[in-house]
Amino acid sequence: MNMQLTVSNITKIYDSIRILSECSFSFEKSGIYGITGPNGSGKSTFLRICSLLETPDEGKVVYLSDGRSLTNDISLRRRITLVLPGVGVFNATVMKNVLYGLHIRGQKGKDAEERGTVALEFVGLHNKKNQNALTLSSGEKQRLGLARALVIQPDIVFLDEPTASVDRKNTAMIEDMIIRLKNNNGITVVITTHDAAQAKRLSDYSLVMDSGHLSPE
Amino acid sequence: MTTFIDASVRAFALISGFDRELMSVISLSLMVSGTALLIAAFIGLPAGIILGFRKFPLKGLLLSILNSFMGLPPVVVGLFVYLILSRSGPLGFLSLLYTPSAMIIAQSILAFPIVASLCHSAIVSVDPIIRQASAALGATQFQVSVTVMKEARHGIMSGIIAALGRVIGEVGAILLVGGNIAGYTRVMTTTIALEGDKGNFELALALGMILLVLSLVINASLHWIQKQAIRPMNR
Repeated sequence: MNMQLTVSNITKIYDSIRILSECSFSFEKSGIYGITGPNGSGKSTFLRICSLLETPDEGKVVYLSDGRSLTNDISLRRRITLVLPGVGVFNATVMKNVLYGLHIRGQKGKDAEERGTVALEFVGLHNKKNQNALTLSSGEKQRLGLARALVIQPDIVFLDEPTASVDRKNTAMIEDMIIRLKNNNGITVVITTHDAAQAKRLSDYSLVMDSGHLSPE
Repeated sequence: MTTFIDASVRAFALISGFDRELMSVISLSLMVSGTALLIAAFIGLPAGIILGFRKFPLKGLLLSILNSFMGLPPVVVGLFVYLILSRSGPLGFLSLLYTPSAMIIAQSILAFPIVASLCHSAIVSVDPIIRQASAALGATQFQVSVTVMKEARHGIMSGIIAALGRVIGEVGAILLVGGNIAGYTRVMTTTIALEGDKGNFELALALGMILLVLSLVINASLHWIQKQAIRPMNR
């Protein structure tokens, strides 16, 4: 892992409710980090803060590369990505969804198409590349979310409840993809789930979020 | 009933024969309403976009005013523009009263709130997860905004078409500021009013039929756009 993430004393308050309380952790080694905890425990907020989509009220999120801290700018944000629980597919074809991350980086043409095709083959959606993404099932949308993340070759991928509304068959496929993502691409994956058994199956490192408090299992 | 049938037959003859007066009235109507719509879209779309994306003081009040103005009576707008453009008004020196330009100004004012308000509604109706997903994939703030607008495209188009429907069929404003001068400011709706008054029903009826067809086309386009938004097509 050539990029490390350190969060220290993260606190987040919404409408006077403390969602996160002084959460600290260092994601130093590559692998799969599983964060378990009941719904509403603060897992999603923690991921949004880690992926720089939100700022904490207190505490720090620091990304390090070769021992040096990286500035929180667009180039850093383009090295990490978050797949949201509902994915947020765009009203466009599956292929256009996958190529989105490349297009906004100014990467177009044949090379981008090829990378998109590889990503779609990885998640088993290649045969649906010309279909509108809104017509996919929940499980397929989640797989599309993974492909969108994979194609931009990030250092760290955050997956927020990737199998929460997915059937058993798709759950197994997504779990297999997450493991292959780590093994083949060397990407660090941080996953939240309320399913403790799933966390056990997938994670190299386990963490627990309980009422806004993060602790190693 | 005989008058109606007789007028209808003669109206069809006018349409099929591409009557010169009829064609001039139709082309002026389309020119005035089309230009007004372009101006309203040019100002209304950025306004709707700013209202959809930015937070600023009095935004709620501004939106309420904009929504109320969607139902502005055309005759009131006409009166307002008339007072501004009349010789004693602040813009009287431009000598625009009773010209197609005055009609365009009045119709632009009528169309603007519809375009801006429906554009704003379309943008805020886009699921917030789209913004988050776009940002999470590394989009800049500008790219996120463009993505949201693309998602809102059906609603934005509906707003523009609804505004066209509003201006093409209005009579109060353009009658006041255009004056219904034959061959110069006479458009479909003002001709219908005038010819109907004179008892010259065939021309009025011919124009009424064309307006109905236009209205049908506008509504069919709206329906098609809304259908696209509900049942997305592959593209």
